[in-house]
Amino acid sequence: MSVVEITGLGKTFGAGTTALQGIELAIEEREFVSLIGPSGCGKSTLLRIIGDLIAPSAGKVLVNGKTATQARVDRDYGIVFQDPVLYDWRTVARNISLPLELSRWNRRRRAERVGEMLELVELTGFESHYPWQLSGGMQQRVSIARALSFDPALLLMDEPFGALDEMTRERLNLELLRIWEASGSTIVFVTHSIAEAVFLSTRVAVMSPRPGRISNVIPIDLPQPRTAATREEPRFFELVTQVREALHLGSDLDRQLAESTRAERPT
Amino acid sequence: MSSGPTAVQPLPRGTLAGRVGRRAVDWVPALVVLVLVLVFWQESIAVFHIKRFLAPQPTTIARTFWSDRHELLSAGWFTFQEALGGFAIGSGLAIVFALVLARWRRFGAALLPYAIAGSAIPIIAFAPIMNAWFSPFSKESKMAIAAVLCFFPVFVNTLRGLTSVRPTSIELMHSYAAGEIETFRRVRIPTALPFIFTALKVASVLAMIGAIVGEYFGGSFNALGVLINSRSATFQFKEAWAGIGVACVFGIAFYLAVALVERLTLRWTPSTAQ
Repeated sequence: MSVVEITGLGKTFGAGTTALQGIELAIEEREFVSLIGPSGCGKSTLLRIIGDLIAPSAGKVLVNGKTATQARVDRDYGIVFQDPVLYDWRTVARNISLPLELSRWNRRRRAERVGEMLELVELTGFESHYPWQLSGGMQQRVSIARALSFDPALLLMDEPFGALDEMTRERLNLELLRIWEASGSTIVFVTHSIAEAVFLSTRVAVMSPRPGRISNVIPIDLPQPRTAATREEPRFFELVTQVREALHLGSDLDRQLAESTRAERPT
Repeated sequence: MSSGPTAVQPLPRGTLAGRVGRRAVDWVPALVVLVLVLVFWQESIAVFHIKRFLAPQPTTIARTFWSDRHELLSAGWFTFQEALGGFAIGSGLAIVFALVLARWRRFGAALLPYAIAGSAIPIIAFAPIMNAWFSPFSKESKMAIAAVLCFFPVFVNTLRGLTSVRPTSIELMHSYAAGEIETFRRVRIPTALPFIFTALKVASVLAMIGAIVGEYFGGSFNALGVLINSRSATFQFKEAWAGIGVACVFGIAFYLAVALVERLTLRWTPSTAQ
């Protein structure tokens, strides 16, 4: 059974804008799938539909074999947004334990799990800090710890490192791979960075706009576990090029531009 | 990861004495202004030959306050109780009202115009009516006036706070399949608290003013507004000034009490944690 199974999915917004059309995608257990594409291709919308935060207009989504709504009610997934969305009035520990409070875990079990989570994201010692006292990268690690605290089968991530500087981003990429290994979860990851998608994923779903659709799915055969050295391997660059070309191919605008330049070229 | 505890801002620390010392330094400019104003007032009355009964010198007012202190403070306390009651009723209703309006928007759309219209009530015109409704010598009539004054700022700010939650905060609660009450309790109300406290500070001062205005149209002989009114009517201006001084002291004390509760409640924000 796939963790996520999407068939014939479409989404039209009020005024008749087609955000997504004919999306077919199955994500297996322990996979790391990135959705990549230019802004406006509907990748965040697709992620939100998987999380049942937006309802689709056509087609269906199954998460763990259940409807997306049932999966949300059963708390089958954790979500991380670009903005860490930490609650300012809660300490780091109490931010991480928020979903556990909502699931009615008792105090002792919560404290235990928060300790484990802080260890996982390497923030032990910061439990009684408030969010404003942390750097952006640390806030995002708290957000990841919170999403994983109740041990969901699926982790949805919407450009989680998009607001961070390049160095922090690369460090958190490695960190995320380690967490993915340790937690055994399945990850759906939205990004607009080609290098990030290739480095992290087992598969990259390339999306194109107007209407938003998946134009290509590229398997990433880089060996596991990946390290900082992976970014320097020739195969890494080949795959980056492959994703880039798929992205350009998918975009009508780019294709037209390419054609017009070819036409202007003297023969 | 390499970023250790040094990479973040430390938790606010320092001894109590150190903190009080720093706070005292912050107050120095304000104190200097106060002293300058008092000296100018004191001296200009003598220099410009202003009639002493029209504008008594600060030292005269202070002496009057000291000799009448029992009467003045007991009148101040009486009026403060009215203000406190009005503050509690007005702010309490405003918060409940805002909670209802934030939860049921359509209901809110129906009631909001009347809440705004209510804020346009000229409080001076309203005072005699309240005295007629609740008997002029009762505390209730003054509480009603103070409550009306407190209601609007608290209502508007609370509603704004409850509805200024970031959409992703709500999406996150939705992803946890959290119910409406949970979302209010854990997200909307904590987000609104800084807004509510700002309004309560304004309301604390307004409540004191409301009670005194109410007393101008009749009240117990032991009330500050009645005292100030009767003293100025009989040209006892230094007694009237002393009464105004007492009203200010109670108003400021009320404000500071609310500010203290705010500081203890909103421990998480950078501005109150330092």
